[in-house]
Amino acid sequence: MQRFVLIAVPYTWLLALFLIPFVIVFKISLSDIALSIPPYTPTLEDGFGPFFSALDFENFVFLTTDDLYWKAYVSSLRIAVTSTAITLLVGYPIAYAMARAPEEWRATLMMLVILPFWTSFLIRVYAWMGILSQEGVLNQVLLWLGVIDAPLTILNTTTAVYIGIVYTYLPFMVLPIYAALDRLDGALIEAAEDLGCSRVQAFWLVTIPLSKNGIIAGSFLVFIPALGEFVIPSLLGGSGTLMIGKVLWEEFFNNRDWPVASAVAVILLLILIIPIILFQRNQQRQEEA
Amino acid sequence: MKKLMLSCAALAFGASAALADEVRVYNWSDYIDEALLEKFEAETGIDLVYDVFDSNEVLETKLLAGGSGYDVVVPTGTFLARQIQAGVFQPLDRSKLPNIGNMWDVIEARTAQYDPENAYSINYMWGTTGIGVNVGKVQEILGADAPIASLGLIFDPGNMEKLAACGVHFLDAPTEMIPAALTYLGEDPDAKDAEALEKAEAALSAVRPHIQKFHSSEYINALANGDICVAFGWSGDILQARDRAAEAENGVEIAYNAPNEGALMWFDQMAIPADAPNPEAAHIFLNFIMDAQNMADASNYVYYANGNEASKEFLVEDVIGDTAIYPDEAALENLYTVTTWGPRDQRTLTRTWTRIKSGT
Repeated sequence: MQRFVLIAVPYTWLLALFLIPFVIVFKISLSDIALSIPPYTPTLEDGFGPFFSALDFENFVFLTTDDLYWKAYVSSLRIAVTSTAITLLVGYPIAYAMARAPEEWRATLMMLVILPFWTSFLIRVYAWMGILSQEGVLNQVLLWLGVIDAPLTILNTTTAVYIGIVYTYLPFMVLPIYAALDRLDGALIEAAEDLGCSRVQAFWLVTIPLSKNGIIAGSFLVFIPALGEFVIPSLLGGSGTLMIGKVLWEEFFNNRDWPVASAVAVILLLILIIPIILFQRNQQRQEEA
Repeated sequence: MKKLMLSCAALAFGASAALADEVRVYNWSDYIDEALLEKFEAETGIDLVYDVFDSNEVLETKLLAGGSGYDVVVPTGTFLARQIQAGVFQPLDRSKLPNIGNMWDVIEARTAQYDPENAYSINYMWGTTGIGVNVGKVQEILGADAPIASLGLIFDPGNMEKLAACGVHFLDAPTEMIPAALTYLGEDPDAKDAEALEKAEAALSAVRPHIQKFHSSEYINALANGDICVAFGWSGDILQARDRAAEAENGVEIAYNAPNEGALMWFDQMAIPADAPNPEAAHIFLNFIMDAQNMADASNYVYYANGNEASKEFLVEDVIGDTAIYPDEAALENLYTVTTWGPRDQRTLTRTWTRIKSGT
């Protein structure tokens, strides 16, 4: 009985916060656009028979007829993968330094990583607009130092989007890696060095593999929100930055086409979930072996 | 214990009383004198919750989702027409709006094309869509005779190429930009067929590389701070930028011109959603806004013309005397209005707009 309750809690959670919303979105993706409240048809008020017979996959077929959607998915994937890689390159050394810092400093360092979360996410992204704009802090400093002659255009470009994503999601990368490195037994590295490894070799052969779980967790935490990111590209990006979050927004708001917007969202979810499931299967198989 | 229960009851009562005496207004950003909001609360004792948006699309999606929780919303005429069809609004109860006699028949005749007989809405402000320039910088780049009142300034690639480094913003609103492009090409600005859209797309794509950003509210600050040189935007917004720059004394001089090839005239209408929690208070708010003095205060602050004839005597000379705000007879003839986009045309329009903006 006790066990049943224990299992029921997370499953109820999943059911209420994932499965039910997904079923609703999936249903809308099979509907047709209408000029009414809500702006699609059929709704359950039409009765069960007509309700089910009116659903079809028309909107998913529509997505294949225009290469905009395909391009937006690919472009979002590219931006998400690249920014995850950059975040990892920046975040790993930070986590490593934190884990190697003297015991009494670690709490403070941890605090410093978490500190930015005390300010609203929106304000922090907005602050970047002030830093990166033509008349912004960065350009002023560079001009003053004489590094550049004319202000750089960074704001409203894809570069600014990368800066925004890496900055925003950095703590999500640092914390899991730090957790993994913190647990690492220093004796293992000593052993590796005793057995003839150089420090670099020991890092590659011992530290990296043992922090693998942290790297994977951090990468997922960055990759997943970055793929569907809407706020950062709309504030920092230019109109040339094509991302699926923006396309979704346009379907919802400009076209008022909730069915097509839902179809886009369902596909986005599949893109995210399938690799995660495959990955988990693989992990399980490895553990069993 | 009893005392606790009493205070609980008082709390519950207080909460419901507050709910009954609360009106939620959803209006465009930078679109009212905040002093008016305080005046409303002081005069009526009704709590005013005031939220803002910067695109008709956001407002429309909230309304179509239902249960937006707002009592008064302010869509533009073209959007209002479609929303009335969708059953979003409730008809106004004119018996609760004694100030409705203040409204201006000339404007009411025009808004009736979106809201027949003005049964669902009253005009808040109206204006034109046109060109805002940083006069000093544009003349420095294009010479003293720069065509700052012509669509050629923003649709001639030669001009735009030179202006690009200084910064040009366009509205992120295809329903405003496509008619402007069609006007520049000498076509009917209200055309919605594929052929007309293609022509407009070609004209916009030709200058696309020189446009820094498509955005519908950032240009106010960007112009005022001198970050950009040219913005194609809404009349009052650009005039507000002009005033902010003047107040900041940063040496930036902003000018607004309705394009002499023809300018889009639009109407922002106040209406009450069918599911408004407090339609009673909504009517009180509309009546307050239609007061001649209040409406004049609003226009004097935001630099938009209003649809209230009685308010004219309270308008400052800066507003009533400025033909960029209250066009004279000749300028009025140069203004055109457009109709609503149907669902299929709308999809083609959005797709065209995405292609223009992102090149895909």
